[in-house]
Amino acid sequence: MAPDAVATLPDQAMAPEPWRIHSVRRDVASNEVFSWTLYPEPGVEPGAAPAPGQFNMLYLFGVGEVPISVSAITDDGGIVHTIRAVGSVTRAMQDLEAGTVVGLRGPFGTAWPLEQPRGRDLVLVAGGIGLAPLRPVIHAALQRRSEFGRVVVCYGARSPGDMIFRDELDAWAERDDVDLRITVDRGTAAWRGDVGVVTQLVDRGGFDRRNTLALTCGPEVMMRFTASALERRGLKPEDIYVSMERNMRCAVGFCGHCQIGAHFVCRDGPVFPYPVMEPAFRVREL
Amino acid sequence: MNELLAIIEEQPFFEDMEPEHRRLLAACAAKCSYTAGTRLMRDHEPTETFWLIREGQVALESPLREGSVAFQTLGTGDILGWSWLLPPYRASYDARAVTDIHTLRFDAGVLRERMEADPAFGYVLMKHFAALIVQRLQAARLQALDIYSHGGPGHGA
Repeated sequence: MAPDAVATLPDQAMAPEPWRIHSVRRDVASNEVFSWTLYPEPGVEPGAAPAPGQFNMLYLFGVGEVPISVSAITDDGGIVHTIRAVGSVTRAMQDLEAGTVVGLRGPFGTAWPLEQPRGRDLVLVAGGIGLAPLRPVIHAALQRRSEFGRVVVCYGARSPGDMIFRDELDAWAERDDVDLRITVDRGTAAWRGDVGVVTQLVDRGGFDRRNTLALTCGPEVMMRFTASALERRGLKPEDIYVSMERNMRCAVGFCGHCQIGAHFVCRDGPVFPYPVMEPAFRVREL
Repeated sequence: MNELLAIIEEQPFFEDMEPEHRRLLAACAAKCSYTAGTRLMRDHEPTETFWLIREGQVALESPLREGSVAFQTLGTGDILGWSWLLPPYRASYDARAVTDIHTLRFDAGVLRERMEADPAFGYVLMKHFAALIVQRLQAARLQALDIYSHGGPGHGA
């Protein structure tokens, strides 16, 4: 390979900056899902603010580093990350309290396409903790409400107790300019909402099939069935976007851990047009 | 009749049907409202009806010893009931109005006779219900997979 064709890492791409946990929010009774609001330590010059859909690499010193989507951006430069304790690093993060300093690299990856033509209906379909990466989209859409037609938020959770951001869901439900639909896979005696998979909320329509942008985030099988439901409702595949989850390590398209076919999820994603990822959804064990 | 036809024509479920088939359906339909708590179907009881839910919420429930458990809810635009299609024409779960609901109620016994008499109509309606049943079956499978119990997108390793 010619020397000029050798890829090089961007300067400081692998060096985390110190950010302090300002507050911790625990959403699920099991303590399994928690959100950190992070601020840079003195002397740290944060780069560009993350766009909705992008992620940061969070480093727990001495333990390891994980890719975590941005679930909110505060007005004063704080970044909120919502984390589910599912592996060795995130379990170690689970019990950290406010005041702890962690490492942060980013933001990385592609953003949700919120700059598409004005006036379109916006349909967001989230499953489980997949609501977190779509949450900044909802915040942005509400701030720029006049730019969109109908805003439909479909959220599926495992059970009422597993729902995250309950206070915000309640607030969105109160608004008459947001069509919030919530369903759980398993109800309880006290649950009065919908029961069933999130795709059935899409099947109920309520958006303009010819002029809708649909964004979905959740387990891959959920996104696949959601895309099918959206297509059944008349959306074109190119109007559907998905956010992919893979084992991202370097976050700059270098190491290949997150590769899906010809795509590096960390660099070319995690947000992809559905037609780009659709073939991968059909490949087993990819 | 014209009002019923207009309601049917605006429902996605009846899309792609010939006008004459929609008219056959309208002839077997009636607007019907129920108060919250009404049982529209009861497990194992004969059923000769299906409904288009125009507004409100219905819970499909399985009766268990410790009480009924809702495994799915239906809402505006959803079709309730397919047990009338095949013998023994008995419901296989309970259906209860969670809220006050407004529906189109179809006399499926009469519709079934028309499907037998007019195989083209019968085939079209059967195809629409087969698609609905497949959709519900896929949803039930997805629900059974418990997909939210493992990991999550961009949120931890």
